[in-house]
Amino acid sequence: MTPDDLRAQVAGFLAAHDPKTTERLEFLRARYDAGLAWVHFPEGLGGQGAARALQPVVDRAFAAAGAPDNDPRRIGIGLGMAAPTILAFGTEEQRTRFLRPLWTGEEVWCQLFSEPGAGSDLAALATRAVRDGDDWVVTGQKVWTSGAHNSQWAILVTRTDPDVPKHQGMTYFMCDMTAPGVEVRPLRQITGEAEFNEVFLTGVRIPDSQRLGAVGEGWKVAQTTLMNERVAIGGNALPREGGLIGMVSKTWRERPELRTPELRDRLVQHWVEAESLRLAASRLRQQLTAGAPGPEGSAMKVAFSELNQKLTGLEIELLGEEGLRYDDWTLRRPEKVDFLGREAGYRYLRAKGNSIEGGTSEVLRNIISERVLGLPSEPRVDKDVAWKDLPR
Amino acid sequence: MSELPTPDLLYSDVEEDLRASVRDLLTDQASPAALLARVETAEPYDLKLWKTLAADLGAAGLMVPEELGGHGASARETAVVLEELGRSVAPVPFLGSAVLATSALLAAGGSVAAELLPRLAAGELTGALAVPLSTAPGAAFPATVSVNGDGTLSGRAGTVVDASVAELLVVPATGPDGPGLYAVEASAAQVTELVSLDLTRRVADVELDHAAARLVVSGAAAQAALDTALTTAAGLLASEQTGLTEWALTTTVTYLKARYQFGRPVGGFQSLKHRLANLYTDLVNARATARYAADALAGGFDVPIAVAVAQARVAPIAVHAVEEAIQLHGGIGMTWEHPAHLFLKRAKSDELAFGTPGRHRARLADLVDLPA
Ligand SMILES: Cc1cc2nc3c(=O)[nH]c(=O)nc-3n(C[C@H](O)[C@H](O)[C@H](O)COP(=O)(O)OP(=O)(O)OC[C@H]3O[C@@H](n4cnc5c(N)ncnc54)[C@H](O)[C@@H]3O)c2cc1C
Repeated sequence: MTPDDLRAQVAGFLAAHDPKTTERLEFLRARYDAGLAWVHFPEGLGGQGAARALQPVVDRAFAAAGAPDNDPRRIGIGLGMAAPTILAFGTEEQRTRFLRPLWTGEEVWCQLFSEPGAGSDLAALATRAVRDGDDWVVTGQKVWTSGAHNSQWAILVTRTDPDVPKHQGMTYFMCDMTAPGVEVRPLRQITGEAEFNEVFLTGVRIPDSQRLGAVGEGWKVAQTTLMNERVAIGGNALPREGGLIGMVSKTWRERPELRTPELRDRLVQHWVEAESLRLAASRLRQQLTAGAPGPEGSAMKVAFSELNQKLTGLEIELLGEEGLRYDDWTLRRPEKVDFLGREAGYRYLRAKGNSIEGGTSEVLRNIISERVLGLPSEPRVDKDVAWKDLPR
Repeated sequence: MSELPTPDLLYSDVEEDLRASVRDLLTDQASPAALLARVETAEPYDLKLWKTLAADLGAAGLMVPEELGGHGASARETAVVLEELGRSVAPVPFLGSAVLATSALLAAGGSVAAELLPRLAAGELTGALAVPLSTAPGAAFPATVSVNGDGTLSGRAGTVVDASVAELLVVPATGPDGPGLYAVEASAAQVTELVSLDLTRRVADVELDHAAARLVVSGAAAQAALDTALTTAAGLLASEQTGLTEWALTTTVTYLKARYQFGRPVGGFQSLKHRLANLYTDLVNARATARYAADALAGGFDVPIAVAVAQARVAPIAVHAVEEAIQLHGGIGMTWEHPAHLFLKRAKSDELAFGTPGRHRARLADLVDLPA
């Protein structure tokens, strides 16, 4: 499969489905069925087993033709985390049932992992799932759940066996967010809006057919999700000057009155870092062609968070008087994280979450130093202790 | 921004094979202990090792086309050799000869270059480009050497890399007809070895007093050839700097796993683990950025930006990595017997070579339209 083969396939598809006259969903479903959704997925599941690095070729060709897109920022958790996990651990039926509406955005997903007592130490989680016939009955509380108010489905990690050490007693499910007993409450954040939520699960019945992976193997399944999450956050396929650096550079060019020599040197330094990170992300994608993401994704995520925070801080300083204002503090429930659609103050505040969401930079540095560099792990006090006996 | 060709940022199998043979040779012939024993002797460069690398492994002729006696490979393969030379700070004149002098002659073309290149490629001849090592791409054509009425050259160039072991000097000089690149036999010049900050890379002053010279190329083409040589060297140096970074990280990780204090390996303390994780992140960035510069040089696309980004980004990463290596080695890191200082001296000198990061940022700002 070469880039030219794929461009030819896209051209053929567009000839049969004129984006101007085809209804949006119909277009997206047909694109999925043609194996042009995520080309590295298997045939019949939106792809054709091509190299993952070829995806941007297809995306660019569709974008150039003005085709409707599947709104990846709204459905980012589905695309970035749920889909690769379902692909890796789902049964044939689960894959067929869930992947198509996930890709087209008909079903939006959220991630019910973190709990008030289990953030960085996700394996400490307490949400219980108890078997009852063909169902599981789930009770507990999740927190910081991005987009839960907007989602039909969730990936969910639960505790099914409290009597074994914490990593062993977990089980992973796909949870219907409209099921009785699921309650979503907005959680207002630093930006003023409520992008994430608290989610209360009270006696929620989940059929065993919505379990992903074996009972007690939830940690292994969650690892796949988390690795993919870091790649999804840090491994973006942007063009040169794409994203935030492009936005600040544009302001710089258009507003000579804002320039100072000190800001210029910082801007150029950030430009260099952004370009270097872009290259590292594309190198990572080239390495990932077939295999699963490795811990290198953690390095990209750390670097990406730091750059975003420096850059959004610089942007406010550059704007001077305008930087003193904020666009809107209203408590809103956004459909998606709209980094580029809002103003500098929002970007500055929202970027603070980049080094916390998807694993904090501290935790990611632990992962890099232990799994990539092979340094000794922290002394463990919880290793052979049953979850129910852990201090909390 | 217009769309660029998709770069290949990985290493090909051929490149990995080349790396393996260079690494084998350097592990065998350029161990840290051997380097330390050599640096203060009368023979700080290992010319036997250089011959093996240049001639037997063919490293000197990688960028030279087959019809000129080279291997017809590219900047990508040359970059892989430089990565390994960075990992070992091997004392050989690869940068001066196989990169600078060779690129200048390749870009110049013409019959004199066609006569000299096969000998450089075969490792029979070692060359140097007579400009200060700190000269940045885009710098004004040097005015320190002039062409006399009889065609000989007079003047000087300071801190010329590898000149003290070169037989051939490629000299930029200005005459009544404007700039030109000249070939001068080193025996016709007075070459004075300097004490170099970088113990494993030698610099020398080159003094020319009515030295016999052959014109290689003149006019705008001479200026362009010099600039190509400096640009190629600056871009490829990022691969050497990546090698330095990799050495700093792997050596420090190994040491911190073995060094016990407070009853534990110190590598188990989180503040140190995090610093090493940061170095790893830097290395991932450095490698991708250096690979891009090599790929751009090989493919002839996006070269000025790729090179400016590479030097602005990778040079400080290498310096910082080796500085961290020294700090995290504690007292032993400060000693002459530990090789870390050789890497620090190389990294800091490399940061100055072909323009500092600040100069490259200023150049980049112009290239990508971020005006002052
Ligand atoms: C914007 C945003 C969106 C989010 N969306 C979701 C979502 O959709 N779904 C979901 O499940 N979760 C979500 N999260 C939660 C996120 O995954 C957690 O906040 C994160 O993993 C950290 O957990 P914590 O907040 O409990 O911090 P804690 O784990 O309590 O950490 C507190 C501090 O201690 C540090 N720390 C903790 N352990 C260590 C250690 N071993 N070594 C060194 N330092 C350590 C941390 O780095 C941090 O600085 C989101 C968070 C944010 C900010």
